[in-house]
Amino acid sequence: MSAPIQPLAVSAYTVTSALGQGLESHFAALSSSHGGLRENDFSSAPLACWIGRVEGIEEAALPAAHAAWESRNNRLAWLGLQQDGFLERALDARQRYGATRVALVLGTSTASIGATEEGYRQLEDGRMPPALSRPAIHAPHSLAGFVAEALGLEGPCLTVSTACSSSAKVFATAERLIRLGLADAAVVGGVDTLCDSVLFGFNALELVSPEPCRPFDQARHGISIGEAAGFALLERVANAPQAPRLLGYGESSDAHHMSTPHPEGLGAELALRDALARGGLRAEQVDYINLHGTASLKNDEVEAALIARAFPATTRASSTKGFTGHTLGAAGILEAAIALLSIRHDFVPGNLGCSHPDQACGPQLAMRGEQRTVKVALSNSFGFGGNNACLAFGRAPA
Amino acid sequence: MSLRLYVEGVGLWSPALGDFAALQAQLNGAAVTAPNGRPPAASMPANERRRAPESVLLAVEVAGQAVAMSGRAASELPCVFGSSFGDQLISDYMCAILASAPAELSPTRFHNSVHNAPAGYWTIATGCHAASSAISAGVATVGAGLLEAATLGLTEQRPVLLVCSDIAGTGPVGEMSGTRSSYGFALVLSPTPTARTLARLELALQPHAHDDLRPAPAIGAWYESNPIAASAWPLMQNLAKGEGVCTLAAAETLALRVVLENAA
Repeated sequence: MSAPIQPLAVSAYTVTSALGQGLESHFAALSSSHGGLRENDFSSAPLACWIGRVEGIEEAALPAAHAAWESRNNRLAWLGLQQDGFLERALDARQRYGATRVALVLGTSTASIGATEEGYRQLEDGRMPPALSRPAIHAPHSLAGFVAEALGLEGPCLTVSTACSSSAKVFATAERLIRLGLADAAVVGGVDTLCDSVLFGFNALELVSPEPCRPFDQARHGISIGEAAGFALLERVANAPQAPRLLGYGESSDAHHMSTPHPEGLGAELALRDALARGGLRAEQVDYINLHGTASLKNDEVEAALIARAFPATTRASSTKGFTGHTLGAAGILEAAIALLSIRHDFVPGNLGCSHPDQACGPQLAMRGEQRTVKVALSNSFGFGGNNACLAFGRAPA
Repeated sequence: MSLRLYVEGVGLWSPALGDFAALQAQLNGAAVTAPNGRPPAASMPANERRRAPESVLLAVEVAGQAVAMSGRAASELPCVFGSSFGDQLISDYMCAILASAPAELSPTRFHNSVHNAPAGYWTIATGCHAASSAISAGVATVGAGLLEAATLGLTEQRPVLLVCSDIAGTGPVGEMSGTRSSYGFALVLSPTPTARTLARLELALQPHAHDDLRPAPAIGAWYESNPIAASAWPLMQNLAKGEGVCTLAAAETLALRVVLENAA
């Protein structure tokens, strides 16, 4: 059993997804049950499905100084950094602590693979066309490389790429760096963008729903893929005592199958118990859980059973993927931000898209939004390869 | 401040060197037989091995070697898998088919394309339920991966497994990565010394290390054709000698100084 950690302050955070740019648009959509999915108008060839597409990426060119990093993923990163004053908060942390004392840990599964795909559609004599002959964008570290340059950070810098748990695990890496004194603060987050690889890839696995995804519904038919960018600034509590807190995190492996979850949710439960233990929390102290809830048949069945057996009915739980789609490598940070919003507004988002819950669901499932006190919120993120993470957030003590 | 860890196992595979003993023999001037064909990856069941992509075979091979040397149970080791480029053969296949016939994309190749495929196959093969991660940091992948594994081992007070590997690239993505050979290594690192300790590591961050990180002029050496080999080559030599100091890139301007000493 993991030992409790010293909580860290989440002194700034932001998110951009199909629900809009920044936290206000997210809270407005969640509290009015307005989802952001639309019919697929993105893929390079037709594919009948629904997607969570971010408006305005195409117009959000990178500043000329960073043009070498141009890609849809890095544009979304840049757009995301500018919401909620996050860029200024990150630069302020760099000023206060020094550029070498602020770590950067970002999660992504797509990185800029969309730009690589584009290059293959425009090959010249079998080679990358000159405009896309920029080696740094054709690598998993493209996102963190760009953000490190854009923020001028010179501390530890890492890309975590564990499929759909990527940008949840970044909180764990950052906590370890700060605990050991290797950094005083960390910018964490993640960005994933729509691309043919994920749309046709999940389609090939028969995991993509032809209708907007319906997490936990008996009639669910799979996922809707989305894109998002989110960031959070972590520092020691003494330096931001009023800020909400990262209370704990849990990480585990299913050791079961590359693309289907463990049938009894073994790894998911290990991650959950690990997060509670590090947070010094009992299950009944958890007010809200933002579920992984992809609307795939298997995930939702396994996760619903885990929540039903591990928590009392007073714990409320919902998936918000009916609002945003499954943003894959960005799901961890997007849903961490929603968990933090639920604490900020004492609001439990409803599980959009579900009208007849799977019989595995317990009484915890919040079908519609609920105004209630949220002091502690968890966020689940489970990825291919059986890679699981759970985050625990709490409000600052009064 | 410095981080102290103890090396308990070393794994190594390249088309020229089949394990760490081969490297030691080569550095001692002995003749070394190159391994035949693909990395054997004996930790995996035969049916999985036939289906697994090359990036997985390479990572699992070096991981299996290091864990066997350590005498530890693989199922108990949290693990960090680092790769600069992931599976470039799958990236090339996927981008090519997406450009021509996207609906024909292979579902198996898609789920094998995730950066954590080696971590997934490894944890499945060894029954490991501990934390597993898959990381990348461009040309700094070895230093950043070592830092991630070290912080994990020290904060959890558990031995951990670090694997860094990249396979040779192909096609237009291979041209972008410049990776023309395969190379992987693995270390089992313990926060405390044991009877299995091979060497002690002291790690320290060196900020603003521009000069120390300037790449040496290319001399046409084999290790220059793989980003993991190019970074890890001085560390692997020190491991084989049982002592030495080297500087690894941990980020664009951040270095990780690695002092290796015989623990006896």
